[in-house]
Amino acid sequence: MNSLLSLQGVSKRFGGVKALTNVNFDVRAGEVHALVGENGAGKSTLMKIIAGNHLPDGGTIQLAGEAARFRNPHDALTRGIALIHQETALALHLSVAENVMLCHLPRFIHWKQLYEHASSIIKGLGFDIDPAAPVSSLTTAHRQIVEIAKALSLDVKLLVLDEPTASLAPSDTERLLGIVRDLRARGVGVVYISHRLHEIFEIADRVTVLKDGQTVATVAPEDINMDSLIRMMVGRPLSALFPKRKNGSIGDVVLNVDGLSRRGAVDNVSFAVHAGEVIGLGGLIGAGRTELVRLIFGADRSDSGRVEIDGKAVTPRNTVDGVRAGIGLVPEDRKSQGTVLSMPIRINSTMARLSDVTNLFGGLRVAHERQTVGQLMQNLRIKARDMDADVSTLSGGNQQKVVLAKWFHAKGKVIILDEPTRGVDVGAKAEIYNLINTLAAEGKAIIVVSSDHHELMGLCDRILVMGGGRLRGQLHPDEYSEERIVAMSLGLTLGTAAELPVTA
Amino acid sequence: MNKELTTTATPGASGQRAKLPAWESIRRFNTLFILLTLVICSSLFSADFLTGPNVSNVSRQVAGVGIMSMGMLLVVLTGGIDLSVGSVTALSSVTTALLIPHVGMSLAIAGGLLSGIVCGAVSGALIAFYRLSPFVVTLATMTVARGIALIISKGAPILVSEEAQPLLDFGRDTLLSIPQPTAMMLIVFAIGAVFLGLTRAGRIVRAIGSNEEAVRLSGVSIVFYTLLTYVVCGALSALAGVVSVARSGVGAPSVGVGDELTVIAAVVIGGASLSGGRGTVLNTLVGVLVLGIIANIMNLTSVPGYHQQVVMGVIIVVAILAQRGSGGAR
Repeated sequence: MNSLLSLQGVSKRFGGVKALTNVNFDVRAGEVHALVGENGAGKSTLMKIIAGNHLPDGGTIQLAGEAARFRNPHDALTRGIALIHQETALALHLSVAENVMLCHLPRFIHWKQLYEHASSIIKGLGFDIDPAAPVSSLTTAHRQIVEIAKALSLDVKLLVLDEPTASLAPSDTERLLGIVRDLRARGVGVVYISHRLHEIFEIADRVTVLKDGQTVATVAPEDINMDSLIRMMVGRPLSALFPKRKNGSIGDVVLNVDGLSRRGAVDNVSFAVHAGEVIGLGGLIGAGRTELVRLIFGADRSDSGRVEIDGKAVTPRNTVDGVRAGIGLVPEDRKSQGTVLSMPIRINSTMARLSDVTNLFGGLRVAHERQTVGQLMQNLRIKARDMDADVSTLSGGNQQKVVLAKWFHAKGKVIILDEPTRGVDVGAKAEIYNLINTLAAEGKAIIVVSSDHHELMGLCDRILVMGGGRLRGQLHPDEYSEERIVAMSLGLTLGTAAELPVTA
Repeated sequence: MNKELTTTATPGASGQRAKLPAWESIRRFNTLFILLTLVICSSLFSADFLTGPNVSNVSRQVAGVGIMSMGMLLVVLTGGIDLSVGSVTALSSVTTALLIPHVGMSLAIAGGLLSGIVCGAVSGALIAFYRLSPFVVTLATMTVARGIALIISKGAPILVSEEAQPLLDFGRDTLLSIPQPTAMMLIVFAIGAVFLGLTRAGRIVRAIGSNEEAVRLSGVSIVFYTLLTYVVCGALSALAGVVSVARSGVGAPSVGVGDELTVIAAVVIGGASLSGGRGTVLNTLVGVLVLGIIANIMNLTSVPGYHQQVVMGVIIVVAILAQRGSGGAR
């Protein structure tokens, strides 16, 4: 059978980072081709190349046997390739019909015709949605349907679905899979990306596994099982990045989280962290880890449950409470959440405990501040022109160290780090690991959230695994393996994972 | 995935950013340069411009707008805006003038200031607690404050009685040959400069406008500091109202119509960014002077009133473009 779309030896770099290296991928008409891999394996990049968001640096793309080059998403769309994002890209305040027909709205809108046309496409998918309703009034599942209908309003030959079921309830998931089967029967080629591996086995005709930007294999689901698929996604030796901690003693319970919940994000999570202990929160993207740590810190408000520090209930309602209770959060995105980029290192480092650099009348004690920050920069080895350099002028690693400096200065008891080494080069990574260990040695209770499983296994005394907003289980160092983390997060039974050979 | 890649791609971008300090000093220089050019041109256009009485007159005229601009700068630094400054000025002037016969001058002034503080607190509370858009909230406050001023004054100016002679003297007298209202404006700017540069609250106000989320995630109460800026802005607008009473001898509900736009223009000409985080006290003062001088020179050269508005608008745009540097300075 001939390929509808075929990518040969495609490579893509972003700055110094290789996102894809020599990837081969093809989709046939009337086929569901699943794309799987860990977070950061290159799925999104590959998908964006297919949909015209990125141009590849090397390799060729052939569309129906002819060399093709998509300059932009519109270009790809006019040739029949549509991408449906994880978060839907709809105009929220326009009606369903306008969204569905957005790509070819006539100069003068004949509303009756527009509604009928849109309605017929949606009905063709087996759904009944009021074409006049604004998209903002729809559920996530229905928005997904509108997005698919929008793609079908054009003559789509290839549909790329990125985590289409991530936010759907099980019944909606079934209907969506039904639609995918239907599209396949109509001869549409479908690229299906999902973390939910059982869906892959249910629907895919072929599966391509990506790892570190390279194709591991393309296989038929009949030829493999869940275990071997997971092994293909993760298996590689542990890097020797992690400085081993001098066996610091683990003390009493510092942080106790009891039944913490927030609707639609975190569901009844309880655990405890001891002084001097580093615990990891593992799981796939969307497992609810960031949401959980934000609740603990007070960045979002919990619906129920309590947070205790040293046995005292603190349950922060806002970040002011959180910091006062002795909790510090290094947020997920240092540029938009961690630092004020346009302000100097000095101002950023003391932001979480300004009382230390303020006199009785609210005036700043600048000399004292300079001394304090100078010491921090030395201890954390922050490389910069001087302490008055704006944070925006620093490298990623040094920016992250400034965020850490803020919490070193705040002298909290609990430090939470969300993706502390994302976008940081290897050298700075090792330094940040060292700093985390320093904090632990000082008797702080540490929580690390990371999508890099090696990082969790190298750094943490325990790993708590989350999936679907719940705590799915706990792993101790002798049980560490990527397979187990992934399997646990996916909600597969521990027994299945335990039978796997352990690589770590 | 994509997020990772964009963050790793930043070394290039931060290299570009390293030039910012140089840019910043050019920008600072730009604003003063505009002022200087304006002064030179004005003195060429009219021989009366650089005379003692005229300089004194201009400085007295800008005092009110200047005081309001300091408050507006604080609000703008947090990324907000306050459209109610002109109306609050009117409310405060009417309140003060009305109260003088009843409670005496000092308490009347206190009452006028309080009216502004209440307006600021209401706006600030709606913006900080309910996260409403500052533009819409202060638009409402602007209408309400003007309405109340008209109601309590029954729509007519209120003459200030004899017992407030010290206030009227304040409007006319000079301090070390500087008109007293002008001196008050300079004091307000000096306090503003100290507040923004040397206090904890001032630092937080500047930081909120640059990245509110990062400040919030450092355990700082955004609600409190947002509220604070609107209260201060309201209080300073009210102070401008009291100054207007002192200068004119009446409390008028029609005072300060359109002043909000002049004040915002002054702040923006001073290089502040309406999206927050950028703006300095000195440059705001320069912005106030630039607008005052333009209005004055048009009067001196007898440009007809209707034409003045057009010229003013054009000059504001030119000044902002010059202040930005040759484009791309965003």
